[in-house]
Amino acid sequence: MKHRYKLLTATLLSATVLAGPVAAETLRWAKAADATTLDPHAQNLGTNHNFLHHIYETLVDRAVDGSLTPRLATEWGIKEGEPDVWVFKLREGVTFHDGAPFTADDVVFSLDRARSQASNMRQLHVGVDSVVAVDDHTVEVHMKGPSPIYPENLTNTFIMDREWSEANNVVEVQDYAAGEDNYAVRNTNGTGPYTLTQREVDVRSVMSLFENHWAETPPQVTEIIYTPIAENATRLAALLSGEVDFVQDVPVQDIERLQSSDGITVTTGPENRSIYLGYRFGEEPLKSSNITDSNPIDNPLVREALHLAVDREAIQRVVMRGQSDPTGVASPPFVNGWTEELDKYPAPDPERARELLAEAGYPDGFTITLDTPNNRYINDEAISQAVVGMLARIGVQVNLASRPIAQHSPLITGNQSDFYLMGWGVPTFDSAYIFNDLVHTKEGSYGAITAGCIPTRNSIPRSSRWKPRSTSMRATPPSPKSGRSCRPTG
Amino acid sequence: MFAFVLKRLFQSVIVMLVVALIAFLIFRYVGDPIVSMAGVDTRLEDQELMRERLGLNDPFYVQFWNFLTNALRGDFGISYRLQQPVTRLILDRLPATLELAFVSATMAVVIGVLMGIFTALRSRSFLSGVVMTLSLVGVSLPTFLIGIGLIYIFAVELQWLPSNGRGATVDFGWWRTGFLTESGLRSLILPAITLSLFQMTLIMRLVRAEMMEVMRSDYIRFARARGLPDRIINFRHALKNTLVPVITITGLQLGSVIAFAIVTETVFQWPGVGSLFINSVQAVDVPVMAAYLMMVGLVFVTINLIVDILYYLVDPRLRVQGRAGGH
Repeated sequence: MKHRYKLLTATLLSATVLAGPVAAETLRWAKAADATTLDPHAQNLGTNHNFLHHIYETLVDRAVDGSLTPRLATEWGIKEGEPDVWVFKLREGVTFHDGAPFTADDVVFSLDRARSQASNMRQLHVGVDSVVAVDDHTVEVHMKGPSPIYPENLTNTFIMDREWSEANNVVEVQDYAAGEDNYAVRNTNGTGPYTLTQREVDVRSVMSLFENHWAETPPQVTEIIYTPIAENATRLAALLSGEVDFVQDVPVQDIERLQSSDGITVTTGPENRSIYLGYRFGEEPLKSSNITDSNPIDNPLVREALHLAVDREAIQRVVMRGQSDPTGVASPPFVNGWTEELDKYPAPDPERARELLAEAGYPDGFTITLDTPNNRYINDEAISQAVVGMLARIGVQVNLASRPIAQHSPLITGNQSDFYLMGWGVPTFDSAYIFNDLVHTKEGSYGAITAGCIPTRNSIPRSSRWKPRSTSMRATPPSPKSGRSCRPTG
Repeated sequence: MFAFVLKRLFQSVIVMLVVALIAFLIFRYVGDPIVSMAGVDTRLEDQELMRERLGLNDPFYVQFWNFLTNALRGDFGISYRLQQPVTRLILDRLPATLELAFVSATMAVVIGVLMGIFTALRSRSFLSGVVMTLSLVGVSLPTFLIGIGLIYIFAVELQWLPSNGRGATVDFGWWRTGFLTESGLRSLILPAITLSLFQMTLIMRLVRAEMMEVMRSDYIRFARARGLPDRIINFRHALKNTLVPVITITGLQLGSVIAFAIVTETVFQWPGVGSLFINSVQAVDVPVMAAYLMMVGLVFVTINLIVDILYYLVDPRLRVQGRAGGH
């Protein structure tokens, strides 16, 4: 039953492209979207973090293999005899861009700011009870309980200078509703290897090397010119014409063409994101099905049939043009909790799938609506179209409802969808992140993306979340207002 | 005249109110702004909190009233996506759009009218045939395709002109102009051609049709009979009388050049209000969308007002009717 939830997962590959040698001192970098704000704690978006990692720094960083590496913290560990306390030893001799020294007080300030009410990073710090500076270069984070994976949550929480923030009145993260402008949205003062020298939002940003950075070997690139170019064709044209050196977000259909162009190197690698299909379970009949007296998906045989009907390798070959890794679990291999066994998926077997459907009492199949986003993930709509065809082979008639992510997402969080395509990244590199949001029953801050229902008295204890459980829609109808984001970072 | 303008102004205000109302009604179906504002880690309670703080839970009429009263003070709130005051975002982007629109409209009018006259007077020449055929391409090819095609030829293959952006700019107070630098002017060429092509062919065909109509009329024949030189007949008598519909169309088209430069701006990553609007739609950035629609409404209303007044000045018959109406 490990697949009751994930019918299909495919880890996508992000593509990056380099033109010519990078020896040039200036790197002209183009991406599909600009960072929306420079306030490091205002929004938890991958685009923003990618940008800000050049300017601000975090306590810990992540190596290419996913392991944690020192950045502003040189060592960290659980305090002897106090399992609820994390101790961070800070790097000495670090200065902010304005010349102010970096001390433990700045870390206390930044972590407090990151977990404040208006911060969008606060979820990563909910387990924090208090942050205390022991001396100038030691910080203790007191957790509400043992939190062995807390440092994993710190890779995108940037450290700001307390004095600068106070002087510029940005101690609080901006409150949109109050209609206030905020200095930190447009200005920066970090400890990172680059300073921001020019910023026109959505147009162009320039970063220059910070001479007093602590690293022994400064980066070879001394200036970065960042140009967001939204239109795919234009972004590639800029690369082909030599106007930019480095392009991210390359459409998969253009990779081949770029590979055959002179002087262009295409680099691809797995992305920290899995694309999966989710469906509504529970006894309540589906909203979009011709089976009106029960929920076919609630029958394990039906789920197994759907599982056998989807040909992941065909999707990889045809829709993704080789740029994906078919998988059986919504977690990439570098995430804690991933195992080879979970990753296995069966060979597609439509024959057997039809038998299973008949056995389950649906010899003629049934109808269902598949909700898919069409502007969020690489080829999201095309993947769904392929799934529609594959399910038709076993007699399940799927209507495809395609929407922009802004309209798609509320359907999932508001529990309005019977069957949907979503993507999920694991920024913490720990599967707790998957359990909490995709598997846990909807309850408080848990299970926001769960297609299940409001738990009833039958709900299971948290320790056995993976196991099948019986849930019902009747207890409390979910409020459509309880929307939730589903934009994975990275 | 005064009563006429006053009446028109009153109508304009009503139009603006209707625009605001429709804009607001549409926004309820664009999606949930919280989705794009809140990152992946924002839990349900926090989102509910954000929604409450933004007033998204207020009843429709309360939100609309707040919007109207703030808009009257020029305050369109803070962009959900960029966290900056909307009024400033739009003012920052407006010069880019206006400069592009100005150049495109000038190109469209000058080249369109000249070619229209040419094809009308030499309607049987081979060159006219070529121009007319090409103009069909201008009318029927989508802007997007024209833009990508121009980028491919002139930026990627020939590498003569930049493919995107606005080049270097110079600031005059808040007005940021690209007219004064070489890269700014070079960057302007491809988007201006793309944006003007449709209007150019439209104006050309209109001038041609009107002109040919006029050339058949009696007073032109009499003028010829009087032995007036061609130049005077063509330009003083014929052209002047073709101008009324041309002014209307040009005026309205100028509005659409400003308002609907969206596609061109997106293709060329032109940092104008059009690309700002597209990015805002994707992020359900309601304050920016609302302000943009109001701005577009205002542009059209203003242009229509000016066109009406121009009619009044160009066409004496309207003045007579106006007076006869006895307002």
